[in-house]
Amino acid sequence: MLEALAARGGLVLLRDSVQWEGRSLLKAFIKKAALRGDQVHILGCEVSEEEFREGFEPDVNSRLVYHDLFKDPLNWSKTGEALPGGPLGALRVLCERTQPGPVTIALDSLSWLLLHFPCTTLYQILHALSHQNACPDGSTPVERVHVLGLLHEELHGPGPVGALSSLAQAEVTLSGMLDQTSAHIVHRRLRQCPAQQTQWFSILPDFDLNLQWVPALESQPCPPPTQVDPTAHLTFNLHLSKKEKEAKDSLTLPFQFSSEKQQALLRPGPGQSTSQIFYEPDAYDDLDQEDPDDDLDI
Amino acid sequence: MFPELNDLLNTAPDKVEQGKLTLLCDAQTDGSFLLHHFLSFYLRANCKVCFVALTQSFSHYSVVAQKLGVCLTTARERGQLVVLEGLKSSVDVFFRAQEEPHPLQFLRKASAGDLQPLYEFVQEALKPVDGGEAAWRCPVLLVDDLSVLLSLGVGAVAVLDLIHYCRATVCCKLKGNLVVLVHDSGDSEDVENNTLLNGLGHQSHLILRAEGLATGFCRDVHGQLMILRRTPPQPTAQRERRLTYQYKIQDKSVSFFARGMSPAVL
Repeated sequence: MLEALAARGGLVLLRDSVQWEGRSLLKAFIKKAALRGDQVHILGCEVSEEEFREGFEPDVNSRLVYHDLFKDPLNWSKTGEALPGGPLGALRVLCERTQPGPVTIALDSLSWLLLHFPCTTLYQILHALSHQNACPDGSTPVERVHVLGLLHEELHGPGPVGALSSLAQAEVTLSGMLDQTSAHIVHRRLRQCPAQQTQWFSILPDFDLNLQWVPALESQPCPPPTQVDPTAHLTFNLHLSKKEKEAKDSLTLPFQFSSEKQQALLRPGPGQSTSQIFYEPDAYDDLDQEDPDDDLDI
Repeated sequence: MFPELNDLLNTAPDKVEQGKLTLLCDAQTDGSFLLHHFLSFYLRANCKVCFVALTQSFSHYSVVAQKLGVCLTTARERGQLVVLEGLKSSVDVFFRAQEEPHPLQFLRKASAGDLQPLYEFVQEALKPVDGGEAAWRCPVLLVDDLSVLLSLGVGAVAVLDLIHYCRATVCCKLKGNLVVLVHDSGDSEDVENNTLLNGLGHQSHLILRAEGLATGFCRDVHGQLMILRRTPPQPTAQRERRLTYQYKIQDKSVSFFARGMSPAVL
């Protein structure tokens, strides 16, 4: 499944960490794409072009177009060598490509872009990049665009990473044990549950993927389509019989002021007794009939 | 420099690797002995060194370097060593005219902004001398330490950008080396420090992490050193990716041994 990932359209997110670096896997995917005949564009923000091309064979290197954002991304040198529009400008140019043929775009790295630009702008560009399906002149549909994004997951909070995951068609999280690297792959398919697989692998010096033993493919269990009845299998009775239901519906609540109640209060019926207050004055009670509030001048 | 550490890292003053970023970090202990090692190592290896010393005074480093057999004053006079003494020059910033550029110019601004003046200082200090052969083997930048910049109000992304540019110039263009020290507070809520530490970790070729022992202070074992190599493995080199040793710091040297194998307990 790891090898098939590079062939799928849309965004593939490679999540690595300080201990398990992901650039080698990115380069392995790039090599596969180049040998498949794709045009490969690399937006390089973190390593120099020389370091990135190291290890690739000449025929692979000749198919790679490296957009160098490493030397002077923030235009500090002011020599005019920096790419016009900066990194986002370079990304937008890739969105508007006009050449036919399948394209693979590698972003090294998405973390660098996330740290320097607002999340929302980046997501909009990534969405546009990975969902290109219209040709500028409207004649034939353009071949699918494969976008590979390298993300250093410790640098970002769960919000941005989650948002990027939702944009991605597949996610590969790198981890491992001792000196063996593993990739946990989550592949989202249309109208199906996401498929997950853990694949142990190693990268050979010429960036070929060497897959090691593969455990069985597991699908995440989908929620059951029927509703579970919560009142079934209880030790007490939650149901009401018909007579109980009728009695319940006809009950008037004590504080509900209906018209019958209003009439009953206004016209005390013959059967009703009037209430009386009986007062027994205490010995020390002062039965002064004068109103103590008389002298208030309100 | 500590010969035992050279053996562990498989380097020597006469076979210096070039174009590498080494990250030194410490957690619950003082990792500055690693920085003193690299300072004396590169001076012994005849490299041109630019030392951005933000934590201690020049005399402190001089005294320690003397114990390791290197004289910083002589190196400075010869032109091999360029030192930016943060403690002293931070005061100079306020007594200068505002237009004059100063590497620590960010101290004058309300919002720290970027560290371009500091980068330009480093670029100027390490640029190759025109004409004649190179007197020094390769340029090296040492920074002690980057956490100080965070506590002075500079953002983590600005510090990462500074190191990015220094790496582009010193490591890639001039084929030199970079050694930086960052403290790990261990506080998961210190987002800026964690971003800086992890961001630098991703850019480094070699990470040396000094940690205190989990059980606390011990007279015979001062801490644990974890060595992590991040470059893709070469088929010919038989080095392991990740090694852990324990160490004891003595007056003029540091002894390293495998975990649990301290000479005091054997």
